[in-house]
Amino acid sequence: MTERDATRDELVPEEQTTLEPEPVLVPEVPSFDKLAEQSHTASELDLSRGSVLEVDNLKMYFPVKSGGLIRRKIGDVQAVDGISFEVPHGGSLGLVGESGCGKSTTGRLITRLYTPTGGRILFEDKDMAEMSNRELKPMRRQVQMIFQDPYTSLNPRHTVGSIIGAPLEVHNIVPKDKILPRVQELLEVVGLNPEHYNRYPNEFSGGQRQRIGIARALTLNPKLLVADEPVSALDVSIQAQVINLLQDIQKEFDVAFLFIAHDLAVVRHFCPEIAVMYLGKIVEIGDRDSIYSNAHHPYTQALLSAVPDIKQASIGGRRERIRLQGDVPSPINPPSGCRFRTRCPIAQEICAKHEPPLLQIGKRHKVACHFPGPIGHHPDTPVTAPLLGTDAYGSPDPGATPSPAITNKPGYDDTWFDLDAKTLGRA
Amino acid sequence: MFAYIVKRLLAGMVVVVLISIAVFALFWYGPESPARPVCESKTGGKCTPERLANFEKSLGYDNPIYEEYGKYAKGVFVGRELTIGTQRIDCDAPCLGYSFKNNTLVWDDLVKRMPATVSVAGGGALLYLLLGIPIGVAAARRRGSLTDKVLVSSFLVVSSVPYYLFALLAWIYCTLVFEIPVLGSSGYTPFTDNPWKWATGLLLPWLCLGLFGCTQYTRYTRGAMVEALSEDYIRTAKAKGLPASTVVYRHGLRSALVPVVTVFGIDLGVLLAGTIFTEKIFEIQGIGLWGLNAVVAKDLQVVAATALFGAVVMVISNLVVDLIYSVLDPRVRLS
Amino acid sequence: MTQTSTPSTRLDTDDFLVVENLTVEFPTPDGPVRAVNDLSYSVGMGETLGIVGESGSGKSVSSMAVLGLHDMQRTKITGSIRVGGTEVIGLDESGMRKIRGNSAAMIFQDALAALHPFYRVGAQLAEAYVVHHPSASKRDARRRAIEMLDRVGIPQPDKRVDDFPHQFSGGMRQRAMIAMGLINDPSLLIADEPTTALDVTVQAQILDLLQDLQREFNSAVIIITHDLGVVAEMADEVLVMYAGRCVEYGACKELLTHPEMPYTWGLLSSIPDVSADTDARLIPIPGNPPSLLDPPSGCSFHPRCAHTDKVPGALCATTLPELLPGGRGASHLKRCHLANPDEIFARDVLAEIAPDLVEETP
Repeated sequence: MTERDATRDELVPEEQTTLEPEPVLVPEVPSFDKLAEQSHTASELDLSRGSVLEVDNLKMYFPVKSGGLIRRKIGDVQAVDGISFEVPHGGSLGLVGESGCGKSTTGRLITRLYTPTGGRILFEDKDMAEMSNRELKPMRRQVQMIFQDPYTSLNPRHTVGSIIGAPLEVHNIVPKDKILPRVQELLEVVGLNPEHYNRYPNEFSGGQRQRIGIARALTLNPKLLVADEPVSALDVSIQAQVINLLQDIQKEFDVAFLFIAHDLAVVRHFCPEIAVMYLGKIVEIGDRDSIYSNAHHPYTQALLSAVPDIKQASIGGRRERIRLQGDVPSPINPPSGCRFRTRCPIAQEICAKHEPPLLQIGKRHKVACHFPGPIGHHPDTPVTAPLLGTDAYGSPDPGATPSPAITNKPGYDDTWFDLDAKTLGRA
Repeated sequence: MFAYIVKRLLAGMVVVVLISIAVFALFWYGPESPARPVCESKTGGKCTPERLANFEKSLGYDNPIYEEYGKYAKGVFVGRELTIGTQRIDCDAPCLGYSFKNNTLVWDDLVKRMPATVSVAGGGALLYLLLGIPIGVAAARRRGSLTDKVLVSSFLVVSSVPYYLFALLAWIYCTLVFEIPVLGSSGYTPFTDNPWKWATGLLLPWLCLGLFGCTQYTRYTRGAMVEALSEDYIRTAKAKGLPASTVVYRHGLRSALVPVVTVFGIDLGVLLAGTIFTEKIFEIQGIGLWGLNAVVAKDLQVVAATALFGAVVMVISNLVVDLIYSVLDPRVRLS
Repeated sequence: MTQTSTPSTRLDTDDFLVVENLTVEFPTPDGPVRAVNDLSYSVGMGETLGIVGESGSGKSVSSMAVLGLHDMQRTKITGSIRVGGTEVIGLDESGMRKIRGNSAAMIFQDALAALHPFYRVGAQLAEAYVVHHPSASKRDARRRAIEMLDRVGIPQPDKRVDDFPHQFSGGMRQRAMIAMGLINDPSLLIADEPTTALDVTVQAQILDLLQDLQREFNSAVIIITHDLGVVAEMADEVLVMYAGRCVEYGACKELLTHPEMPYTWGLLSSIPDVSADTDARLIPIPGNPPSLLDPPSGCSFHPRCAHTDKVPGALCATTLPELLPGGRGASHLKRCHLANPDEIFARDVLAEIAPDLVEETP
């Protein structure tokens, strides 16, 4: 494979190479200016179009069996425990968190590779959570998945053409003789040579295989792509190619993304909205600015401060950061109250007693913390106590009643909890 | 771990019971009355239909099958009394029936023949490992070299010869043609009678089994070793400054043994259940030969006993393999 | 940091590790593969060198050569590697063994695979100790193992010492790996992608630990990584490798703020940053890394380079540029034909990848 196949745009025509008498190097790649023009800046949010996917209080528990003679169920791995979010039409939501936080399980739930334990998955207002396989079949055309590992997710015995064309056959969408033209069209879309439909996956490099995986996901014109770590197995220089390709595709085909990744910088570039997960829960969700410049949850803050920053080179040394102690607790027996409290630098008594509600604190910003605030400015008393109907230590306060503002529904309200005034209302 | 062993034992028992039922049913519903061979031998070949019916009646073949199977099973656990014609025989537990061909209790024969088979199988299996593993390791360490290629291809040649031919040729040349002193006198002498004769008599069968079987073990070991030596932890071991032998044996071989043990467990089971060719060629009165003769003579009780014995041996050797597994790999033990 | 004028004299006698003109070649059925080509660098005590490159760039191969970890029968190594003054190339196996894990140690990525699954963590540490302290008793070795586990921050080390690697979490395994590397107080520690498989918060913990330990033991450290962020926070000097060759080499701050080689620019422009301007473009390096069986003519990077139009003639395709100082001082070396790389970077590249930084750059 040469670069010619991988670069999507007009290259210098072949003839020129042969006709050129002077020993001038004809670049095989576009000039830098051109390259820059084809590349994308960070994706922007378009709020005007509503959501394509609404996830409401989604739960996935995996039973844990005992190892004894009779295998009893002794508990559940609460991989995903009551999460709610929206993915806008043609937009993208990033799902970040560390290993074991449930982000990949969420992706598998939405593509219905798993059947959820509870909650709703509303795709264009149809609940996919409890559909049978037969009911799901037409839905599967709309929701496709891009996998992490381009080496194991493609069947090595099938040609690229049959891998990409398989969904067309399965769903009986186009006549047999129209499959090949569609495959070639898709290969071109993802920047591969359309003549290569007869080759096998092992004839392609990692980045090219990921392009094949993307082409396969695009075959049925889906409205939503679930991308689970789509670039983390790729070399740095190839990662940017694939991210740009995904941005091209999003623009061209108007497809929405649920973008699951552990790389906070990649997610920031690709997703105008981000949800941060910890131990099966969303701890903070919001638009890019709210999360990356104005995070209010101590976990989000710790996560962001841990990312090595290349800009640090000009300063020297390590960045100031919040040090988290210990490891993530087991999801079989998660801590009571707030699941992050065992590692939280600002945890107090109430954190062990009550799970903090995911409270909207900005136009597009929700946080699940009793003491939400910017780094170093977390409040001394739990802002959630009056809403939960408790005192500052989490004990029931007979004088207070739980507020109806505490819900776990997807999306954002027009009114929210104002942290300065400590009341509900428009900021 | 304990629960695991109990579970495996229970599963093994189910397997043995199912096999015994299958064997029992096979003869019961066979094309010929199961009483005929008995009738033939007792009447000197003059087995008339009336006599046959008598035998069937006295042997209980006119009862329903489950009733007879129940008696058979009861015999295995608590013993029973057998009636053949007018004869009454006390058959203590474990009662596997009575051989009309040999006029002996099947269990007694089994016990008598077991030492020979265990001797042949044990020695052969030991040679599988003693030859196969070191040669496999050596080939893996020199993989791609001339030594490796010569070893691999010559072993391929050996293993492509049918075993009975291999053993037969060995016997003919060692015993008949060259009369090699130690190897020539093959045959089984009980260990307790004369350990020296026991060993020399079995030497040729052992070598045949061992040389033939070790080719397979060389291949397994070589493959497993090549894989193990390319693991990251081997690089770590080297980077610690450990001597090459420690790296290869303590770090490499320990992991490479896991797949080899699996195959070995199955092979040992097969060998213990009777090495038919070896016993036949070298005239060793073991279980394999016993079973073979029983099949020829339609001695159903003996055939059933060898099948049952084979099943028990396989179940036990699989369990032992699992236990060795958990000793080798702590991840198995602790999960 | 070593101050030198030309590449041949940048080697300093104080440096613990000196690599000169290292070439590593593997014969394959399809012909020889030159995984490392004419590589020279040095690391002094208390210094950290970051080696950056993508898979197949030769970054791991070159450092494995330092410990002689390649199969000598199937590898052709030329040049010179001096570890604490001892020439390692051509050294016999027993001489090499005295260095491995003793004065020079290596830790690897993916500690789950790099630790033996069948042996207890403590036993693996003790083994590393005993092999270089033959007179130490079993009890000494165990005590030393517990001490090291404690030093790298494993809770209850006297209990965890008897655990198997799979009973440790990912971060703890990497800590144990580091403890094993440091058990004999090496003067040189080579960390090959030490945090690649780890979560960010754990990665930060491990990087903290490495830095603390380096300060404590004043050892020379090489960090091999593909993550420029890690390099920026950890390294004093940076060496960028592409297709087996060093393409840029200099002090960390200098190299990352004024890179002079288009491949380095490409790496910088193809990784997003958590704090970048959202108008910054993510500009990929087109194409794929070259095959080492059939490396490109001239500069190995030219088939993917977006700046060859700024070099006269077909120089990039015909002539391999030498590793020479660019316009920013003698200690910043680059392998590129561009005459005014600093200017191009500031004017063209930075404007696209970090528009917020343009004004600050003189």
